Amino acid sequence: MEILAVSSEGPGPESMVDPRFGRAAGFVLRAADGSLSYIDNGASQVMGQGAGIASAERLAEAGVSVVLSGYVGPKAFQALQAAGIRICQDLDGMTVGQALERFLSGDVVFADAPNK
Amino acid sequence: MRIAIASGKGGAGKTTVATSLAVVWDAPCVVADADVEAPNAHLFLSPHIETSEPVYLEVPELDVSRCTACGACRDLCRFKAIAKFGKKISIFPDMCHGCGGCFLVCPHDALVRSKRLLGHMETGFVLNGKHAFLMGRARIGEAMTPPQLRALQKRTTLLLRPGAAPDGGTYDAALLDAPPGVSCPAMTIARDADVVLLAAEPTPFGFHDFTLAYEAFLPLNKPLAVVINRSGMPGNERGDKELAEFCAGAGLPVLAALPFSREVAEQYAKGGVVADLSPEWRGRFEALRDATRAFAAQGGRRA
Repeated sequence: MEILAVSSEGPGPESMVDPRFGRAAGFVLRAADGSLSYIDNGASQVMGQGAGIASAERLAEAGVSVVLSGYVGPKAFQALQAAGIRICQDLDGMTVGQALERFLSGDVVFADAPNK
Repeated sequence: MRIAIASGKGGAGKTTVATSLAVVWDAPCVVADADVEAPNAHLFLSPHIETSEPVYLEVPELDVSRCTACGACRDLCRFKAIAKFGKKISIFPDMCHGCGGCFLVCPHDALVRSKRLLGHMETGFVLNGKHAFLMGRARIGEAMTPPQLRALQKRTTLLLRPGAAPDGGTYDAALLDAPPGVSCPAMTIARDADVVLLAAEPTPFGFHDFTLAYEAFLPLNKPLAVVINRSGMPGNERGDKELAEFCAGAGLPVLAALPFSREVAEQYAKGGVVADLSPEWRGRFEALRDATRAFAAQGGRRA
């Protein structure tokens, strides 16, 4: 199993999915054994440009292979593809835990294009 | 003498003033449309364009055979044009600002100098060869205009050299229709000018954005003067007063107050130069021309 990341407004599974990818507040990571951890993404939020690219780098460094988020724009999408990270969009409006459940139950498709 | 005609917001009257001054300027000059994102001076002046040259930004391209993914380039880049995903370097040329730093820090010569097309610069003449004309057209989708503006400025400098006119004469001045607003494009042009004329419109939004322009350009320490456009709009007496008082308080000379006129709007909408509308209007711009020259000559009154 792979390491999943969910863009998140807070550090736990009860936090809401952060609808943004590049400027997400942080990412909740789910390791292969099901354990959860959290990466703060504040350093991306303060960037004038390139936040999506920086966030993709951060996830790549953490060994993430799938990201669940809300809105993933063209530059972030490009960066994630270059990083080899697969993308599931439009999972905002629910908690991190709910987003993970939906992915694990096979209910989610991988995106083939950025959000408009 | 470089005269930049700028403003806080679009639609205040830069192109109106720039094209009208061009038409009444009594000596050969350089007319430059520096709004490369949305050039429009050519719609009024119908230039005879002679050359069109691409303007490029130097950006890095990866030579994978030499790259060890040490990350030195990524660490240097402030603009996230270079990222490292695992053991792979990825380049995002659209993000690059052309600083050239990555080439200097790569220990393996793994970055090749490539280029990104920014737009095109066109040169020619207006008014039957009287004035030289320069404009730029940014490539659609290109967000970065200052490098293109610098290319325009370099060409303007060349044209202002003694004897640079086709007949061996010297151009008297450069009139620059500046980009709107007060961010990088406008600052790039204003920094290089000898005089900055601010087109100001006395409506609430116009006045607000004019004060932003004043604040932005003030630290450049350039001679700064104002051309009020659309003064005397019916019902806007308060706006006229507020703008006049602001200029007086800030020590900003008002070199002209162009009255609001529906005929002017119609002329402009037709692509007609406002100075050509009537002898009266021509006279207004001739007076502005003379006032600008006098203002520049006395070193401008520093605000």
